[in-house]
Amino acid sequence: MKVLVAVKRVVDYNVKVRVNSDNTGVDIANVKMSMNPFDEIAVEEAVRLKEKGLVTEIVAVSCGVDKCQETLRTAMAIGADRGILVETDAELQPLAVAKLLKAVVDKEQPSLIILGKQAIDDDANQVGQMLAALGDLPQATFASKVELAADKASVTREVDGGLETVALALPAVVTTDLRLNEPRYVTLPNIMKAKKKPLETVKPADLGVDVAPRLKTLKVAEPAKRGAGVKVPDVATLVAKLKNEAKVI
Amino acid sequence: MTVLVIAEHDNASLKAATLNTVTAALACGGDVHVLVAGEGAAAAAQAAAQIAGVAKVLHADGAALKDGLAEALAAQVLAVAGNYSHILFPATASGKNVAPRVAAKLDVAQISDITKVVAADTFERPIYAGNAIATVQSGDAVKVLTVRGTGFDAAATGGAATVESVAAVAASGKSSFVGREISKNDRPELTAAKIIVSGGRALGSSEKFNEVITPLADKLGAAIGASRAAVDAGYAPNDLQVGQTGKIVAPQLYVACGISGAIQHLAGMKDSKVIVAINKDPEAPIFSVADYGLEADLFTAVPELVKAL
Repeated sequence: MKVLVAVKRVVDYNVKVRVNSDNTGVDIANVKMSMNPFDEIAVEEAVRLKEKGLVTEIVAVSCGVDKCQETLRTAMAIGADRGILVETDAELQPLAVAKLLKAVVDKEQPSLIILGKQAIDDDANQVGQMLAALGDLPQATFASKVELAADKASVTREVDGGLETVALALPAVVTTDLRLNEPRYVTLPNIMKAKKKPLETVKPADLGVDVAPRLKTLKVAEPAKRGAGVKVPDVATLVAKLKNEAKVI
Repeated sequence: MTVLVIAEHDNASLKAATLNTVTAALACGGDVHVLVAGEGAAAAAQAAAQIAGVAKVLHADGAALKDGLAEALAAQVLAVAGNYSHILFPATASGKNVAPRVAAKLDVAQISDITKVVAADTFERPIYAGNAIATVQSGDAVKVLTVRGTGFDAAATGGAATVESVAAVAASGKSSFVGREISKNDRPELTAAKIIVSGGRALGSSEKFNEVITPLADKLGAAIGASRAAVDAGYAPNDLQVGQTGKIVAPQLYVACGISGAIQHLAGMKDSKVIVAINKDPEAPIFSVADYGLEADLFTAVPELVKAL
């Protein structure tokens, strides 16, 4: 069976971003970019399913600027067989991405689509669910375990208070949580091999999707700063401060 | 203009996050209706009717809705969504699972984790792990939102709304519920607790985690949280994780023990009223957000603190 994984190029998770001076967004010029951590987990899971012999082909998809090719090459270095870039310079919001992915899914007809649960830049946590809705597919979000059979998937999900397991008829959409797996490091030989794998580029117009944003960002601001705290010399002082000054215990 | 709130419940009682969501709904303006979809959830519907400010409760009762599967719950919301200007979900695992599905079917954008209602079409939400706050305006006819509980006070009780039964949807047939494993916990719920004691990697093992953190939490009547490092290392269960990818909390008092304070952890707790950090590394970033910092070995400082309380 064929698996489709969606990957996003985002500001590296170790970078502390700054709001730009005119309050229109965050400053991402000259900032290190990488694959969204949840998407690495998604690619890793697809590769593991392939290594188990349950999957025959892995297609990685990314939507965005030309540079997303790097992200797709990373996915191919982890083990994806080929890449599709939906190239556009337009601002892409989750609904538009879901529609683009839906068009790719219609074309590729995968049995399973794996996405990260959220991207660490917009923190939206929407695309997987929206794609499932548009394609009328069942969904399992926040997956920490995926078991695959010929025509169904059994997925354990992280929910508030514990875990729950659902069974889905394939084709289905799964979004990954942190605990699903530990993504492998890409090796140099695999990076070289990935350069030779096929990468197809399409435009949103080729897919017949209107990507116009639905939401207008009016302003991006720094969060309120916390007042400077104090260091206390010992436990007794700490207790006294909490009781008398902060009055929280 | 009428606003629909999707109640979160376990078929017996309402989850606290529903109350915060009602407050956000009242801020959007107009009448507030609450949808309680479940099986045998009459008690939860009654509880929803008693929330102050709620004008009407829609109660859908059917076997397909028992376990809150996204496919059935989204279909149920869409079945009643006709005349609403806003559809609000709590930003919990359940709300986040269903809200985008509803929005996509309505062909509208969804706005996640709102922390403030600026106007009926304008909302604030954190992005980049809470390092920036975006103000976004929706041009869509229906606003589908998830509400960050810590951004809004809980609505009071004392209302007397009417409960109206609505037809329940049938199961999609494409997904089914298999089982649930809920961690046993008699402490306050993490996202609703007034005091949280949280442990990090420095605790070294799950035995030490329990041995050091539990007595302090007991003494304070607090919920227990953990950093991702502690969860990944197996010192604490996943559902205790506080941070960008775990729970977002804002208690009165947050005690961080042996937590360095990575961006991703701070995203989950920096709106706490008072933050106490106990860490032996004077350079730990947690000290930059802590109101009270104690530079000490937590294995001696925490037991001492328990004694002093």
